Amino acid sequence: MSSATGIGASVLRKEDFRFITGKGQYTDDINRQGQAYAYFLRSPHAHATIKKLDISAAKKAAGVVGVLTGDDLAADKVGGLICGWMIHNKDGSPMKAGAHPALAQGKVRYVGDHVAVVIADTYSQAKDAADLIVVEYGVLPAVVDMNDAVKKGATVIHDVASDNRVYDWHLGDKAATEAAFKKAKHITKLDLVNNRLIPNAMEPRAAVGDYDSGQEQFTLYTTSQNPHVARLVLSAFIGIAPEHKLRVIAPDVGGGFGSKIFIYAEETVCVWAAKKVGRPVKWTADRTEAFLSDAHGRDHLTHAEMAMDDKGKILGLRVHTKANLGAYLSTFSSCVPTYLYAPLLSGQYDIPAIYAEVDGIYTNTAPVDAYRGAGRPEATFVVERLMEVAARELGMDPAQFRRKNFIRSFPHQTPVIMAYDTGDYVASLDKALEMADYKNFGKRKKESAKHGKLRGIGFSAYIEACGIAPSAAVGSLGAGVGLWESAEVRVNPIGTIEVLTGSHSHGQGHETTFAQLVSDRLGVDINSVAIVHGDTDKVQFGMGTYGSRSGAVGMSAISKALDKVIAKGKKVAAYALEAAEKDIEFKDGRFSVAGTDKSLAFGEVALQAYIAHKFTGAELEPGLKEGAFYDPTNFTFPSGVHICEVEIDPDTGVTKIERWTAVDDFGTIINPMIVEGQVHGGIAQGVGQAMFEGAHYDKNGQLVTASFMDYTMPRADDLPSFEIGTTTTPCTSNPLGIKGCGEAGAIAAPPAVINAITDAIGHENIAMPATPQAVWLACQASRKMAAE
Amino acid sequence: MHAFSYHSPKTVRQAASLLGKSDDAKLLAGGQTLLPTMKQRLASPTHLVDLGKVEGLASIEQKGRNIVIGAMTCHADVATSAVVLQAIPALAALAGGIGDAQVRNRGTIGGSLANNDPAADYPSAALALNATIVTNKRKIPADQYFAGMFATSLEEGEIITKVSFPIPSKAAYEKFPNPASRYALVGVFVAKKGADVRAAVTGAGSDGVFRSAEVEAALKARFNPKALDGVKVSAKGLNGDIHASADYRAHLIPVIAKRAVTKAVAKA
Ligand SMILES: Cc1cc2nc3c(=O)[nH]c(=O)nc-3n(C[C@H](O)[C@H](O)[C@H](O)COP(=O)(O)OP(=O)(O)OC[C@H]3O[C@@H](n4cnc5c(N)ncnc54)[C@H](O)[C@@H]3O)c2cc1C
Repeated sequence: MSSATGIGASVLRKEDFRFITGKGQYTDDINRQGQAYAYFLRSPHAHATIKKLDISAAKKAAGVVGVLTGDDLAADKVGGLICGWMIHNKDGSPMKAGAHPALAQGKVRYVGDHVAVVIADTYSQAKDAADLIVVEYGVLPAVVDMNDAVKKGATVIHDVASDNRVYDWHLGDKAATEAAFKKAKHITKLDLVNNRLIPNAMEPRAAVGDYDSGQEQFTLYTTSQNPHVARLVLSAFIGIAPEHKLRVIAPDVGGGFGSKIFIYAEETVCVWAAKKVGRPVKWTADRTEAFLSDAHGRDHLTHAEMAMDDKGKILGLRVHTKANLGAYLSTFSSCVPTYLYAPLLSGQYDIPAIYAEVDGIYTNTAPVDAYRGAGRPEATFVVERLMEVAARELGMDPAQFRRKNFIRSFPHQTPVIMAYDTGDYVASLDKALEMADYKNFGKRKKESAKHGKLRGIGFSAYIEACGIAPSAAVGSLGAGVGLWESAEVRVNPIGTIEVLTGSHSHGQGHETTFAQLVSDRLGVDINSVAIVHGDTDKVQFGMGTYGSRSGAVGMSAISKALDKVIAKGKKVAAYALEAAEKDIEFKDGRFSVAGTDKSLAFGEVALQAYIAHKFTGAELEPGLKEGAFYDPTNFTFPSGVHICEVEIDPDTGVTKIERWTAVDDFGTIINPMIVEGQVHGGIAQGVGQAMFEGAHYDKNGQLVTASFMDYTMPRADDLPSFEIGTTTTPCTSNPLGIKGCGEAGAIAAPPAVINAITDAIGHENIAMPATPQAVWLACQASRKMAAE
Repeated sequence: MHAFSYHSPKTVRQAASLLGKSDDAKLLAGGQTLLPTMKQRLASPTHLVDLGKVEGLASIEQKGRNIVIGAMTCHADVATSAVVLQAIPALAALAGGIGDAQVRNRGTIGGSLANNDPAADYPSAALALNATIVTNKRKIPADQYFAGMFATSLEEGEIITKVSFPIPSKAAYEKFPNPASRYALVGVFVAKKGADVRAAVTGAGSDGVFRSAEVEAALKARFNPKALDGVKVSAKGLNGDIHASADYRAHLIPVIAKRAVTKAVAKA
């Protein structure tokens, strides 16, 4: 049905009324009878042994219900936090993962590391009591720089990794790549920094742990993108309680960007402590805690080289990346700079040989894990910076150079795992060039020059792998879980519908888009559809939302369940209409007998299914409720071209983005308005990385950018009005043709910005974030180079 | 935040007497600086004396050739005041560029000057316009008021009641914002009144707001943007941080000053 609420309609978001009127129910809005408050005492040192930890005075302080430490966790046999993806070294040996206790056991490894928890009647009392805890630290040298961390004699963060190297991993064909470089007529080389980012979801992390001693049942309300995964980890690995005795509820969640995928110390401690102290335990991070302890993103140092023949055809690519994993391995940290990164190094290009090496490195900084795009922005930054610089070095137009190297036939097997199913890279480039008025860029550059300004243009032709992921494939690469999704469609007797999904919405608008799919397929009013998610007691299982998987994987599961509902409906309709099942057609919300005017509306068939008057129990089961698990058979490959045009004031270094053109191929689009919103947000985050954001630790491991006074978030007035377009090649591996759109902007944007800035200033030497000072310094350097 | 007692006096005299009763009492104006510091437990006054209900502290009037602004006047009121817009539009524009709407509706001129944040905007206006800070005890000329980062010549228990700004013939403020906080990374307020030319710089000095001798000398010769071409400011005494080195700030001062002068002469 192509109605006002079906697939392809810009339906206003059903959830927004609740959010805009302050009726959302976030974790911090949840209050349990008799709850106490947790305050975490955190390490002020980046690296230290705990020589003495005296909690006696704190225990006696006013209002205190309990003071718990790593010893208590150990005594209760509560396991450490886990990393759920095993990476193997080049020699086949497993990565070296140090223990990650939820509360420190003898040692702290970054500023903000958890030393103890104080639980009291009020948050203030807990905080006051924490002041009374006496900790004697044996301060150790700290290492924050990856190059320093792997030097001989560097301080050792985990005994299991004596050189601070978690793994040295590789992908691709080394010999073939070397051979390609031998044939090369031109080699472009680049050293790149992919700056560390702090996620800063609007809602900080929070948890309420509750224990019902009558039922021996734990409940954890928490800010999670994947409550079932949280329950699985808390049960199977950390050992809080068996799954059937642990309910995890992730209610409304105010943004995640990856940072709420992971199973953290605070949430673990709150649910465990609820039983320990016999009261519900609540914790809500303040903004400083969020800066210090949310898993950070990115943080790569890369040396990359690309080989070309004399006509500008790419022959090979080799990349060596150092990835900062922080002080502990967070839940999925190990796979981000490996399997979510190197398999994307082929970009949109036909590259015959690729070889990538990645060293995962411990430092005395917050753990680093997936952040919007996760590995794919880092790969795109490498590829698209190389493409731009290579074009400049070869004296070719950057669009033309890309066009020359585009993959043109599909499916396409890259040398780094991925098999792209569809795409039309020429189409998105052509459309973007047109929309960006590329042919008149020269005129605009001259006009800027008249006013003493430098104008530059930068491209980014990105690809990403979404729809994460085929379970067997990721299993073979080291994943500890399968990455399918589940759904259940419950039709009520009067034809209203509840869809239970394992996807989790924390800003994506699933309550609208998922309902659109149902409205479209069943021909029912969108307002008769409710989307239920975020509660392990309601939804049977789910892998959650990240990696732009909810459309491609989550909705595919719903689609499968809807197929089953329609099939069952046909059976019911056949009895009710006294016709053969094979003659029943379902269209526009009605079951009808082919070639007759006999028909029943969807709701009428639902009622027939429940009253079960027209068939016997021997013939058909009553009811109308179907479930499905959908395991993707391939990744999906959204792609597109973004073009950024900047104008720089060389006197101050201020860079203004004058135009932004984005042409994306997301496959089928359910709700263009929501997709556009995702693109806007993604670009804003990508521009944030390129021009504004950057976590900065001083040499002692103190986080200098621990508040918005020093950590620059992009703001509305930093951004232009985006020009957005799409081209469409539906994904061939899932039933809906969806590729995913959630991360595209954040993946595409950083190289587009840096390519534009370097184009304007005339040399390549600028790191992200390209702040006014950095751009000014780069302009000074250009002037010097010009003078010499 | 630690517990404290809250007082809401009706007169400046009562406020002063409440302040005098404890070593640990603090005035509360808009709370935009004080409350965050208390929440972070960096300040823990035991008594808060709120100036919010004190009569007569939130007013804007022209008195002769001066604009007199009460200490409790919020930034939004200064930004939109017809009197200020008419007499010293540069001051209204400065107030309109402080923080965000919430901050402008709560933060006050008295609080800002008492706090003397080295990156705050108002101190540059007070210094360049040669304002007088009026307290419950005396009148302090701006040149004698600012005493380094977060330091002023206010004495224990002294309360700012109003600030008097002589109306300049030409003036403008140009702010180069810190990308993160949007306080001034370098802010330059230039003012000309008769033969007197003053240029005050905020955000850049490691000792807080200061008058730039180099800029003033150039502008005294000719109050024109071109007068600043080639003017160099030394990085000595300027602060450097992750956002801007002292050298970058030194470079920005004449650039920003020139933009301020361009605005000032355009308006005249
Ligand atoms: C998000 C944010 C952004 C901001 N951005 C900017 C900016 O861009 N530029 C800028 O200049 N400022 C900025 N500020 C600061 C703001 O403008 C306030 O002016 C400033 O915080 C102080 O004013 P207040 O009225 O809030 O004072 P309070 O916080 O109430 O008090 C500050 C101090 O002054 C003392 N005090 C207050 N009134 C008096 C008085 N009458 N006499 C003597 N002592 C007094 C108090 O005891 C306290 O020590 C920002 C603040 C925030 C929170």
